Amino acid sequence: MDIVRRNNVTVTGREDGPVVVLAHGFGCDQNMWRLVTPVLAGEFRVVLFDHVGSGDSDPSAWDEARYSSLEGYAQDVLEICRELDLRDVTFVGHSVSAMIGVLAAPREPERFAGLVLLAPSPSYIDDGEYRGGFSEADIEELLESLESNYLGWSSVMAPVIMGNPDRPELGEELTNSFCRTDPRMARVFARTTFLSDNREDLAGVTVPTLVVECAHDTLAPREVGAFVRDRIAGSTLVTLDAHGHCPQLSDPGPTAEAIASFARAR
Amino acid sequence: MTSRAGPGPDGPDRPDRPGRPEAAPGPGEGRELEDDPEDLYENTPCGQLSTLPDGRIVRVNATLLDWLGYRSEELVGRRTFSDLLTVGGRIYHETHLAPLLRMQGRIGGIALEMKAADGSRLPVMVASTVRDGSEGRPPLVRTSVFEARDRRAYETELLRARREAERERERVQQLATTLQRSLLPPALPGIPGAELAAHYHTASADEVGGDFYDLFPVSGGRWGLFLGDVSGKGAEAAAVTSLARYSLRAASVSDPDPVRVLANLNTVLEHENHGADPRFCTVVHGLLTPGEHGCGLVLASGGHPPALLLRADGTAEYLHTPGGQLVGVLPNAHFTATTVRLAPGDTLLLYTDGLTEARTDRTGRRGKRYGEEALLDFAAGLAPTSAAGAVAAVGALLEDLGEGVDDDTAVLALGVPASRKDPDGPDGP
Repeated sequence: MDIVRRNNVTVTGREDGPVVVLAHGFGCDQNMWRLVTPVLAGEFRVVLFDHVGSGDSDPSAWDEARYSSLEGYAQDVLEICRELDLRDVTFVGHSVSAMIGVLAAPREPERFAGLVLLAPSPSYIDDGEYRGGFSEADIEELLESLESNYLGWSSVMAPVIMGNPDRPELGEELTNSFCRTDPRMARVFARTTFLSDNREDLAGVTVPTLVVECAHDTLAPREVGAFVRDRIAGSTLVTLDAHGHCPQLSDPGPTAEAIASFARAR
Repeated sequence: MTSRAGPGPDGPDRPDRPGRPEAAPGPGEGRELEDDPEDLYENTPCGQLSTLPDGRIVRVNATLLDWLGYRSEELVGRRTFSDLLTVGGRIYHETHLAPLLRMQGRIGGIALEMKAADGSRLPVMVASTVRDGSEGRPPLVRTSVFEARDRRAYETELLRARREAERERERVQQLATTLQRSLLPPALPGIPGAELAAHYHTASADEVGGDFYDLFPVSGGRWGLFLGDVSGKGAEAAAVTSLARYSLRAASVSDPDPVRVLANLNTVLEHENHGADPRFCTVVHGLLTPGEHGCGLVLASGGHPPALLLRADGTAEYLHTPGGQLVGVLPNAHFTATTVRLAPGDTLLLYTDGLTEARTDRTGRRGKRYGEEALLDFAAGLAPTSAAGAVAAVGALLEDLGEGVDDDTAVLALGVPASRKDPDGPDGP
């Protein structure tokens, strides 16, 4: 198994710099970090990858059973770290990848210098006192949105999904191409992302952790950021004055600064 | 004739209509007719919406307000675009649309559902572009909203049909797999002094292939074994495969002589073959007599590719059974047998023509076939080997040939373990 090919791993930045691994969330791929990477590259060795089922990952590596649980994705993160022999890693996980980091770090704590959880949510579904922000019916509705969109996009998506390395001209016509995914795989990832409950796993994190939340995030409300900080011993919480769920795109400067100052101190 | 009194075939005349209605406007005249951009913006047949980067609505046109049942002041400065979406749509917006818009400056062809003031839902298609900020103006996101109720109903129907088709396909594959399994022995028996291995390569998950094999005890401590291939694929071929397999086993009970077993099968199949779609098969059938230092084997073939013998001394050869005819075509088909002795370290390999007929040239449909010559070279490269080793190697070869293998392939190997040469064997202490 070629791990680098499987996860479309790309390495950039300062070769002898401390290692920062940037993990994208549900929806798009490593392009999500395109505004943050240049800021970090001067000081850090930046490792980017696509989760299997997203972006330019190897579609033949897809395994529905493995990727129906966040453990499968966490396993991939550890395999990437081993393959590249990464040490003292600052793992930055956006959205669902924050929880993937929470699962991966305790398995090989000696490999991780710290975790940055960007717009994390350990569980999206309301449960008693806990306010995740959504009901199960909401999540079902999201899965429906996904289905109808993949049909709507089919004319655009089809050539990408089929893969046309010999026809580069297709690349220019493609809109929405950063979020291309095989609909079957996206459905599984969506389910895994929004139906996982990792609240119990937070206590298992022993490495230094920075929680970064957005002040106006419709997916991860403020209570969730505080919940994550309270459950991870010794963690700190930073609130960015950002709208939406993707501060690395809407507010790349402050996001990169939060990551850099944390990673620098490791 | 441009005007006419009284109702005509086009309906009642409209006296207020300007003259020459069918004449096209001249150059420049169109701009004068459509001279109010404000009216065009407000009443164009699609919704228009402009938002700040944080999502707040700064302007919305009359068409969209009408569709959603809002007044402008209820939305402008108060609500965001994603507030107007269903919850699922909002998550989709946050995880896909907003990032895409940031990255590429525009998105299009997005299906969403908007929530109207009265709680009803409006299926829409959405396209957005970003107007860059300049001279102190903030960047704006301009969104056009197209009503898509009919289209959505059609898409929902398509999705339903696709799911139905996927379910059906799974069912068919399940059925094919189950049927295929029923045509092969669940496990190979253990024969003292011999080692066995088999492999079945499925070319298509949707169809049952016609390949089969089996190995079973007959009278006098001997064993019957066969491997064959029924013409065609699918349920019809599977029915004939089943018939062939049981006929071969039943005939072996009363008389295990391979030539007579094949003659019996020929009679059975030939009697069956009166329909419009005659089926025949090729079979190699053997009678194995295990001994202290190797095995005796009588092998008869009906039109089947020759068995391969991989010797302990590293050589390989085909065991030809000349003159053996296809089974089930002629009333009195002729079959011949050959006798061979398997010494310790020897391995016998039976296979179906899915292997030798595999295409090796992937460029053309009528590409080159793998062929018996290449297989003999391959076998010589393997010898000496074991039954498990030979089957594993052929399995890997089939994997390498990949899509070139367009027919099912069955492989059965029988070996006499080399360790029987061990001095501590039968003559030992």
